[in-house]
This record gives sequence, C-alpha cells and structure tokens, in this order.
Amino acid sequence: MPVDQSLVGREFPPTSPYTVSEDKVRAFVAATGGEYAGGPVPATFPIVLAFDAMNAFLEAESIDLFRIVHGEQKFHYERPVVPGDELTATLTVASLRQIGGNDIIGTASQITDAGGALVCTTTATLVHRAGEEGA
Amino acid sequence: MSAEPTSLGTQVFTITRADLVAYAEASGDHNPIHQDETVARSVGLPGVIAHGMYTMALAARAVSTWFPGAEVVSFGCKFTNPVVVPAEGGVDIEVAGEAKPGDDGLTTVALTVTCGGQKVLGMPKAVVRA
Repeated sequence: MPVDQSLVGREFPPTSPYTVSEDKVRAFVAATGGEYAGGPVPATFPIVLAFDAMNAFLEAESIDLFRIVHGEQKFHYERPVVPGDELTATLTVASLRQIGGNDIIGTASQITDAGGALVCTTTATLVHRAGEEGA
Repeated sequence: MSAEPTSLGTQVFTITRADLVAYAEASGDHNPIHQDETVARSVGLPGVIAHGMYTMALAARAVSTWFPGAEVVSFGCKFTNPVVVPAEGGVDIEVAGEAKPGDDGLTTVALTVTCGGQKVLGMPKAVVRA
C-alpha cells in the first residue's frame, strides 16, 4: 500500500532525550570493529538518534520496518558530539514519491542538545519496498 | 588555486553476521533484513545484507584513520548496491580515498567503497577540518 501523500511537510514529535554515554559509544565503535579511545563520537553515531525518530515515524504511520531499505544518508555537523550530550531528534518528512511500486521517502532530522542548540542535521532517503507480489 | 588531490591508502574491513548483530544492538536498527535470510529474500533482497550505516561507519573509520582527530563537518553517501553478508565467514569492504584541500581550511575526501570490485556506496564524501 502506498504511503499517505499528505505526510510531506509533516513534523513528528521530538524523541525522548538521549544521553550519550561512553559505554554506548564504546559498544557502537566495537560493533564496527574499532576501539573507542574517548573524545568525540564517530561520524555516523548520530544515526542512533535518527533511527529513534525514524522508528517512531514508521510506527505512527504503520509502515513495516522490514520493508524499508536505506537509500541515502547525509550528516551535517554543527559541532562534534561528545559523551555527556543530551540529544533529541525531530523528524520531518521532506518528500515522497513512487518509483516502480516502491515509495521513496525523504526525511530530515534535526538533532539538538539540552540547551536547544542544533548539533547535527541528518537527511535520509528511505525506500519502502513493495512485496514480491508487486505494489 | 587548490592543491591536487592526494591518494589515500586503501583500507580493508571484514563484515560478519556477528558484527551485524552487535551493530543492531548498538545502533537500535533491528531491521530483520540484516539478520534473517527469509525476511531479506521476501522483500526481494539477495540475502542478509549489511546495514547501509554499517558500511558507512567503516568508511568513517577509514577517514578517521587517514585524518586522526580531525573534526568531520559533513559526511554523506547513497547506498547503491547491497552488501550481502554470508552466514559463514565474512565479506570484505575496500575503502579508498582522495583528499582535496580547499582554500577554506576544509579538506574534501572523496571515497570509493567497494565489495568484490563493485561500488556499494554512491558518491561517498566527507568534509573534514584538517
């Protein structure tokens, strides 16, 4: 079933505040084969916040996660993220189009700190795949 | 004006199914297409695939190895081809890069990320303060 076109431009509620801890960063770095030596988090770590926002969006729209494939991801950082940061992500649906029975969903998430300052903006393209039977 | 691009040494990383399990836990992305062969095939994928963000994280590791301690200003890519991770053993990802210093104190790193000779990320690019 195609995703509701009226979603474009809609902003979803901010995610619950997430505190970046050294333990969480260490686990993330270890999962990608590295060793965390302290300091700023890896460049893709803010995806944790973006996923949180994306999962809430998919749930709100009754979209199955297993039908989602990642098409594109971009991060623009205002400053490095460090342990101790308390972050919140706010997702907006930026675009929506259909190609070959798949929905191509463009999202933008703004990640802000406890003081409300923008830390990172990340945009994602999500491909919502039709089943084997087609759209 | 700007200096010529400099080639950066290619780095190789291996992805296993166990890595994907650990990454799902650490990142919060529990999409079963990264764990379960049946689900992956049911949506038309060739098998269990690595999280695109996993491959992107490896590209970020390569950048941080080339530019230790450098602040990353932006980082982005498209996920153009799936990285199929076999149940046994693993799959190798090669990350190559070219650095081009700008006049603004920022260096643009154009990456080439391949698996079995095929590009898996589209236009992966990082901008670092280095």
